[in-house]
Amino acid sequence: MLEVSARKRLAAFDLDMSFSCESAGVIAVFGRSGAGKTTLVNMLAGLLRPDSGRIAVGGRTLFDSASGVDVPPERRRLGYVFQEGRLFPHLTVRGNLGYGLKRAPPDERRINLEHIVDLLGLEALLARRPHDLSGGEKQRVALGRALLANPRLLLMDEPLAALDQQRKAEVLPFIEQLRDDLGIPIVYVSHAMEEVIRLADTLVLVSDGRTVAVGAVDELTSRLDLRPLTGRYEAGAVIEARVVRHDEEFELSELAFPGGTLRVPGLDLAPGADLRIRIRARDVALALEPPKDISILNVFPGEVRDIGAEPGAQVDILLDLGGTALWARITARSRQDLGLTVGSRVYALVKAVAIDRHALGRSAGRPRFLSRPG
Amino acid sequence: MLELTPLEREALGLSLTVAFWSVLASLPLGLATAWLLARREFYGKALLNGLVHLPLVVPPVVVGYLLLLLFGRRGPLGAWLYDAFGVTVAFTWKGAALAAAVMAFPLMVRAMRLSLEAVDRRLEAAARTLGAPRFEVFLTVTLPLMSPGILAGTILAFARSLGEFGATITFVSNIPGETRTLPLALYSLTQTPDGEAGALRLTAIAVALAFASLAASEVLARRIRRHIGV
Repeated sequence: MLEVSARKRLAAFDLDMSFSCESAGVIAVFGRSGAGKTTLVNMLAGLLRPDSGRIAVGGRTLFDSASGVDVPPERRRLGYVFQEGRLFPHLTVRGNLGYGLKRAPPDERRINLEHIVDLLGLEALLARRPHDLSGGEKQRVALGRALLANPRLLLMDEPLAALDQQRKAEVLPFIEQLRDDLGIPIVYVSHAMEEVIRLADTLVLVSDGRTVAVGAVDELTSRLDLRPLTGRYEAGAVIEARVVRHDEEFELSELAFPGGTLRVPGLDLAPGADLRIRIRARDVALALEPPKDISILNVFPGEVRDIGAEPGAQVDILLDLGGTALWARITARSRQDLGLTVGSRVYALVKAVAIDRHALGRSAGRPRFLSRPG
Repeated sequence: MLELTPLEREALGLSLTVAFWSVLASLPLGLATAWLLARREFYGKALLNGLVHLPLVVPPVVVGYLLLLLFGRRGPLGAWLYDAFGVTVAFTWKGAALAAAVMAFPLMVRAMRLSLEAVDRRLEAAARTLGAPRFEVFLTVTLPLMSPGILAGTILAFARSLGEFGATITFVSNIPGETRTLPLALYSLTQTPDGEAGALRLTAIAVALAFASLAASEVLARRIRRHIGV
């Protein structure tokens, strides 16, 4: 368990955060810049002291103002990957990697240097100095350094924010891999929803120094009332699916999810592989009858669960496809023409090509399907 | 011509000894003072800062006289040093080293403080999250990163100590073989009727020494910078 309740008076606002969640997989802390995400992580790491509250990781109390506990950062055993890397300029890459490893208790050294060098592809960099590295390489070394301290939990504060798109794409797979391979829970701070979707299982939504909501990523991103925080433009549903088979002739892959079978352009994944996909609301159209003679491959019957109340030309419709939540964004006019109300039976049309390749993430564990959104 | 006279050798050797001990003894204290001034907030910080910089702004003779009052055989500190350790500093080469250290102290602290202030504290925070306690962070991160400043402060203090005159002659006088360092020997020669040639030779030695220490510091600084990668 990760248990946090912390208050701190800051220049910009009063921070008052309180949440607890299972400390497993990737826990994303998401919010706008200045919402207090970094402050939260610094308090977890022990670099910043809350005015009052309690912080515990995996049952171990790290801070408790009531009983006067304040474990210093060096004894918290939490790894920290900073936005700017913070590699030691006077040490080589090898020296940087070894810094935390040397100081980890011998009986807790599960991860060794060869392991990390191999996992993060650092072999060629070992003798180099931080100032000779590219941004992406620096972040990989910073990641390795934090991991080699053999932490019980890894904190990552927007580790990709300082990188351009290409470097991001270079580092992200490594983060996915260590999530899947090392089994160290990760607290991942980000203000980029696509990273959250791709990596995280649990989402902690933060706004103006408060924790607004905590829960499963797919659940929170499909909640209408949180839309102002999770972002309207990128509104969409996250679906866990499994590769069933590949259609060699047309180079299509079939993905099974409880609402049916999705056909998408050929994926480079073996049948049986679990993955997480995101279907944006603007890529879903609705029909009252199963359409005929139409180019769209993916048509699923479902039911309207909820209808967004935001003013404007467009409305977001929440659908239930056999237990899976899906969002459709249609015009207010279409909604009226179709006479959609909660409970209407509809057919959701998903363009195969509309599946965002970029948001394709390998699923962290067992697929979790939504029974009821919101 | 290149052979040093016994007097020159004596003055040069004494100067080097005095400067060496003055720098060595003030290094830890200088580091601690720089750290206090750069990193700590405390009552009386302005006073400490003023005290450290005093030798820079008052006439050296004043410093020498104050030292004499404090460390003379009958001065409060001088008497204590003699009673407790049997050590006399007034009118000995140790006193010359003390005078040189006091005069050079502000230069040393200043260089160290500036380099300490330039150390990225976020790196220290990173080191702590990697399991290093405060003092270990200081030894393994802070100290290496401020080493160019330590070197600069040391060289500056060394050069300043070699050239110390006013406070030295006031505090420990001008005793051949004991406190007559290079500047004092040079001064003596200028006061003797036919000392001109000797004074010129000593001047040349002083200049050569200054250049040598500057060159040494340059080479060292470059090596350190390359090593710490900044």
